Amino acid sequence: MRTNRRILAIATAMVVVLAACGSDDDTASTDTAATGTAATDTAAADTTADAAADTSAAPADTTATSDAPGDTTGDTTGDAAAPAEGVPTELGEGEGEVNLIAWAGYVEDGSTDPAVDWVSDFEADTGCQVNVKIGNSSDEMVQLMQTGEYDGVSASGDATQRLIAGGEVAPINPDLIPNYADIFDDLKLQPWNSVDGVPYGVPHGRGANLLVFNTELYTTPPDSWSEVFEDSTAAPGAVSVYDSPIYIADAALYLMATQPDLGITNPYALDQDQFDAAIALLDQQQALVGQYWSSYTDQQAGLEDGSVLTGTTWQVIVNLAQANGAKIDAVKPVEGATGWSDTWMISSQAKNPNCMYMWMDHIASPEANAAVAEYFGEAPSNALSCDLTADPDHCSIFHAADTDYWTDVWYWTTATEECLDGRTDVACVPYTEWVNAWSELRS
Amino acid sequence: MSSVAADASSPGPASAGPGRRLGRTFTRHPWLGLVSTVTAPVAWLLVVYIGALALLVVTAFFKLDEASQKPTSEFTLGNLDTAFTTSTFIWTVVRSVGVALAVTVLCLVIALPMAFYISKVAKPWARRGFVVAVILPLWAGYLVKGYAWRAMFSPGSKFAASGSGGVLQSTIGWTPGFGKAALVITLAYQWLPYMVLPIYAGLDRLPSSLLDASADLGGRPLRTFRSVVTPTIVPAIAAGSIFTFSLSLGDYIMPNIVGGTTQLIGNLIARTLLAPNQPLAAAFTLWPILIIVVYLVSMSKLHAFEDL
Repeated sequence: MRTNRRILAIATAMVVVLAACGSDDDTASTDTAATGTAATDTAAADTTADAAADTSAAPADTTATSDAPGDTTGDTTGDAAAPAEGVPTELGEGEGEVNLIAWAGYVEDGSTDPAVDWVSDFEADTGCQVNVKIGNSSDEMVQLMQTGEYDGVSASGDATQRLIAGGEVAPINPDLIPNYADIFDDLKLQPWNSVDGVPYGVPHGRGANLLVFNTELYTTPPDSWSEVFEDSTAAPGAVSVYDSPIYIADAALYLMATQPDLGITNPYALDQDQFDAAIALLDQQQALVGQYWSSYTDQQAGLEDGSVLTGTTWQVIVNLAQANGAKIDAVKPVEGATGWSDTWMISSQAKNPNCMYMWMDHIASPEANAAVAEYFGEAPSNALSCDLTADPDHCSIFHAADTDYWTDVWYWTTATEECLDGRTDVACVPYTEWVNAWSELRS
Repeated sequence: MSSVAADASSPGPASAGPGRRLGRTFTRHPWLGLVSTVTAPVAWLLVVYIGALALLVVTAFFKLDEASQKPTSEFTLGNLDTAFTTSTFIWTVVRSVGVALAVTVLCLVIALPMAFYISKVAKPWARRGFVVAVILPLWAGYLVKGYAWRAMFSPGSKFAASGSGGVLQSTIGWTPGFGKAALVITLAYQWLPYMVLPIYAGLDRLPSSLLDASADLGGRPLRTFRSVVTPTIVPAIAAGSIFTFSLSLGDYIMPNIVGGTTQLIGNLIARTLLAPNQPLAAAFTLWPILIIVVYLVSMSKLHAFEDL
């Protein structure tokens, strides 16, 4: 008995010590993960609200001058800026493998469809075996990057800022990525993928969240988000909605059109009243929703078996379901849409940085960029890929070079307390509150 | 080697090998043998299992950094406040406990007659076959079974279609669709073997002669069931219910597959962890920990652990 009690006492002491050490290790690793640029140093070392103000001051400044979401007032002359400190200046040999977090359909090696493959040639040329983990949402990607076990991620604008602030990603040296030069100018050095003129990744492509509808139910195609928000919908109980807090922006976008006196100018900059109105709309929407999809396969299954007749979707889901015989189509409604502008970013703790740089160059190359943009159904980022798409009209259909189209597409962005639309008289609701509100809504 | 054997019985240190010396040390100090055998598993239990739980509980008190969404080492009670006082989250916990209890009751209703038949009525040679048949679904993957039920409950399927063509609709006039009913049915199917086997084992331990003796002493079937059978199987039922209750309480995959928009406590924790908001997820996790501790204590009062 005495021995047992002694063992128990020692073990409990060990456990308490472990708990204390565990938390110290976390903060230590965030410090060492910052690879030395001024921006990441302040972000990682200073975890108080000052850091949030620093990193969000950049987007707030550039968007204050105009409310257009895809605006190009970002510093485009920074192309010639020298690479930041701590970033590699030359590439070595490939390490033999690269571990990626990607959106579904971004890294295809022929296993989904033997004809869809832009990975095998990369693996053969560079010797870097590609291991991909599908991320279902930006939140999941941030959480996966925090584990430090991956070399890179295809991050949307609402993940990039959190990753930069947390020190998970390192800036890139564009000189090591020859295809970077051909990327459309209005995608480079934007608020979501750069800090103070230092690029943090290679743009992958951009797209809009679309309204999917069953063509047998909707003999004339719908053109408004009212089909998913209003009781007058033709598909009550068969609406499928993206299960992520970022969807609150979709509700805010609808309110921009239907309740203009709320004064919403940017769906990611919502003060408390505007936020409450968006949540109220989503509460009312719950009666219509049959499915909150988190994995793209959920919505695809619903579209194929007919339990989903309308909802918010990605073009790739529509393409995959159509290939399996679903009678569906998708449009961008008149109110506009939320969308995403994705950037390949390299982890600050990448174990295979050379392979990661080679991958970023490969996916930004005209051939691969054209293939993925066409498969996924989005606008490519490389201007030269428009000549290589199987469908010669792909770039014009997806408005790759048409800056006007993107004026009513609101790229996923992290909502911060400092209002992204430049208002200084109110505090906007930060993303962690979006997450809590969404959890409550879904409970 | 016979010379070594002869030495082992007599205390002759000079010619003993290291193995013999070690053996002698253990013989002279029995507690050393106990500690060296038990240290590794106990260390595993304490450090890995309980240590992990302790780290989880401690994380619930950390504040989350807004910009990077990583936990800091600042102490806060805000996460516990959110987890334990928000009414929508409390309702989620209540709903999860309700689903877990419903699954347990449904499993019990199906498992009792099944176990009774297998142990008391079936011929001995058939008994083995029945036990194998009960265990066989466990060989099919959990996800495979879940998706099979999804296909059956899908509104487009012949089985669960809501029109007159649907099998369920025309036979019992009701079809569950995706929701709590479908969830309870699917989970009951998944965990049924875990309820059948302990009850079967418990009934097996009850000799049929006891039932005969009870009848001889003038007991009617209901009196026999109350006084002879029930005391034997209540611990077995409690043991089976530990599996069905705890497995259902934490499940977050089935609600996504067949539960429609239903969210249980597991979904809430998973969603919060993926947000990423580790401290709040840790705070939510305290709910099922508390519930399971209470449940296990009440089951141990019913002597369930002697029957596991």
